[in-house]
Amino acid sequence: MFQVVERRKLYFLISATLISLGIFMMAVATLQFGRPIQLDIDFLGGSVYEFEFLPLPPGSQITEDQIRHAFARLGEEDVILQRLSPISDHESDHQETSQRWSVRAGFLAPGDNAINHVRTVLNALAPIDEASLSLDSVSPSVGSEVTRAAVLAILVSTVVITAFIIINFRQVPNAFRYGICAIVAMLHDLLVVLGLMALMSLLFGWEADALFLTAVLTILGFSVQDSIVVFDRIRENIPRHLGEPYETIVNRSIWETMHRSLATQLNAFFVMIAILIFGGETVKQFVLILLVGLLSGTYSSLFTAVPLLVAWEQGEIPFLRGNIEPKPQPGAHLND
Amino acid sequence: MKRPALWLFLIVALTVVAVWFVVPSSEQFLGLKIQPQPLGLDVVGGLRVLLAADLPAEVNIDASELQQTANNVAKRVNALGLGEATIQTQGSRRILVELPGESDPQRAIETIQETALLEFVDFAGLRDQISRFEGRRIQTQLPQPNPCVVSSITQARDGSSDSALHPFNQLPFQTVMTGACLSGASAIRDPQRGQWEIAFELQSEAVERFAEYTARHVGEPMAIVLDGWVLSAPIINSAITNGEGIITLGIANTLEEAEAQRLEAQQLALQLRSGALPIPLRVESTQIVGATLGQDSVARSVRAGIVGIIVVLLFMLIYYRLPGLAAALALLVFMALNLASYRILPVTLTLPAITGFLISVGTAVDGNILIFERIKEELRAGQPLTESLDTGFSRAWSAIFTSNLSTILIAIILFLFGQTPGAHIVSGFALTLIIGLSLNLFTAVLVTRTLLSLFIMAMNRIHLRQAWLWGA
Repeated sequence: MFQVVERRKLYFLISATLISLGIFMMAVATLQFGRPIQLDIDFLGGSVYEFEFLPLPPGSQITEDQIRHAFARLGEEDVILQRLSPISDHESDHQETSQRWSVRAGFLAPGDNAINHVRTVLNALAPIDEASLSLDSVSPSVGSEVTRAAVLAILVSTVVITAFIIINFRQVPNAFRYGICAIVAMLHDLLVVLGLMALMSLLFGWEADALFLTAVLTILGFSVQDSIVVFDRIRENIPRHLGEPYETIVNRSIWETMHRSLATQLNAFFVMIAILIFGGETVKQFVLILLVGLLSGTYSSLFTAVPLLVAWEQGEIPFLRGNIEPKPQPGAHLND
Repeated sequence: MKRPALWLFLIVALTVVAVWFVVPSSEQFLGLKIQPQPLGLDVVGGLRVLLAADLPAEVNIDASELQQTANNVAKRVNALGLGEATIQTQGSRRILVELPGESDPQRAIETIQETALLEFVDFAGLRDQISRFEGRRIQTQLPQPNPCVVSSITQARDGSSDSALHPFNQLPFQTVMTGACLSGASAIRDPQRGQWEIAFELQSEAVERFAEYTARHVGEPMAIVLDGWVLSAPIINSAITNGEGIITLGIANTLEEAEAQRLEAQQLALQLRSGALPIPLRVESTQIVGATLGQDSVARSVRAGIVGIIVVLLFMLIYYRLPGLAAALALLVFMALNLASYRILPVTLTLPAITGFLISVGTAVDGNILIFERIKEELRAGQPLTESLDTGFSRAWSAIFTSNLSTILIAIILFLFGQTPGAHIVSGFALTLIIGLSLNLFTAVLVTRTLLSLFIMAMNRIHLRQAWLWGA
């Protein structure tokens, strides 16, 4: 049988590498944007316009500069432009020549007819598809409320999950350790996802919105779900195989739950990959984050949380006392 | 399991009822009316505006006044003829307006919001300066005592610095009366000259005051001021003693001008008719979703959902065979129950809500997988089939329950987070996830177990008890 727990140093190394890469990405992003991940208008306030120009005569094209100028005429000097992939009506268009754009600008001041102004300056460039015009505008005060609620949601989730695990494993010796290991696995997933988001911010200008936070918290929920299934097995196997060393029991438990973890993961993947391939544009970012997070969640429960638990029990973690008595040295006398 | 046939009957009955609720054309069930499935703005396109009271933070707002403002907004929105509008108060200072399918968002926003306060303002002596003020913002002072009920809050509004003062004395303009004094207004067409104008009627308590004022100021202009902006300043042609007057909009020369005038007259009449909002409002967030984006997203989500679900069903069948068939059937029951509950509760189907549904379908088989892996283990350990089934279900239950519960708790936190205005998009996902995980406890365990028990009973007859069929 493949010894998962024995190779724990390798898995710790893999996790450490992944997380370091993520932290590096966040550091680069911090230098670039002043934040580890780019935040969306949901948190910061502002407006995002999305629109698509009607098919242009062959050879002519609308450039970024033209759109920038159009918005500058409205007093929006500092807009962020992004070319979006066309929606299915004009599917023949290639991504590079797509005339669907997203423009992020300041918060739409109330009652100043801004939508019509935008429509006018854009139509002056080339006719836009009126039914494609979308706008999302959030005032800075609503944005800061969302931010406050988000911080609260993260704090409450952490407390609830910790309490949940401790209550569930209260009959197991060292219930506290199970809780800590599950939380370490959760942190692992959190850092992986944040690292991914930082990378995507740098590469494709992704921004974290309220749905990003939703994905993160959902991932934490599922990560705990995975850890609980393995821990549950360990708890059950301890009285059943009393003579066996702890490491063997844990290894057995991992293998017994491996099928379940893989099969469950696969099913979730089928659905999420279907959404990524065929699904609507708006939820793709959300689903990709969720997908990577769930992968990380399964990996971290089996290859981080459990090996960590073993390492702790064996007293391998500096400053933390293990459970298993050190083997007597050869030649040493066993006096009282 | 005892009496699986009875359970099967109950499950089938429940599923039939659920399917009845899911069918879009169903309008009632046993005399209970079924509402059509509400769809989110990101799906059908439309407008969503969050309005907040435009008052200094220290001014307290009475809940009933906010409700009254929301009612007035609703009146206006309904007068636009926009169909399924939702208007609700949020917290103590906000009103949320949702107009699915609205194609002219700017006009809708203007109608809702730019009509905070309507005033008839004294412009005596300014006849030759009307053009200077039309379209400009002025500071006004409400009459003391006020003939019609206007809340104290409206007067707390501070005049912004760019609004003009009266040219004679550099004081605010005097308001004769507010829009609250009107009892009716409508756009009418002058049959002789063919131009559009607005006929209005006053409430009885204002008739005398208006008659007295107009009698003293015949030949002078009186400004109609909306939220501080001078809309127009018609000349008082004669004293209005019976409480009925007419506002003319000038002469339209071309067809386009006449059409523009018709729209202007209708909009102004609507604004007059709805009365002044008790609380001035400002826009805090706006979402406009173009119709094409919404339709495209629905088509894509449905396609993605069908593909994903078919792959999951096939996987379960191929990998777990007979139990997989039970799980696949349980999954169909699960989907029917989910969709029915969205219609009953109701859950507004936004794209994240649909995603939440699909993800709960993808993870719903987790319970089954936990059980089946247990059954396989028991079979391999040499246990007989029926015993393996019982042990498998009872052993897996605690893991299924605790693991689902942990995600439900997170989903509840997310749902509460989604109650923050501005994070509303989250609540749809959280809600479908909560419903999915809860129903899963029922379908993954009870439905699958019933089906498997029946399979065993059937197989005892036809001697088909190969372990292969059980995935072992």
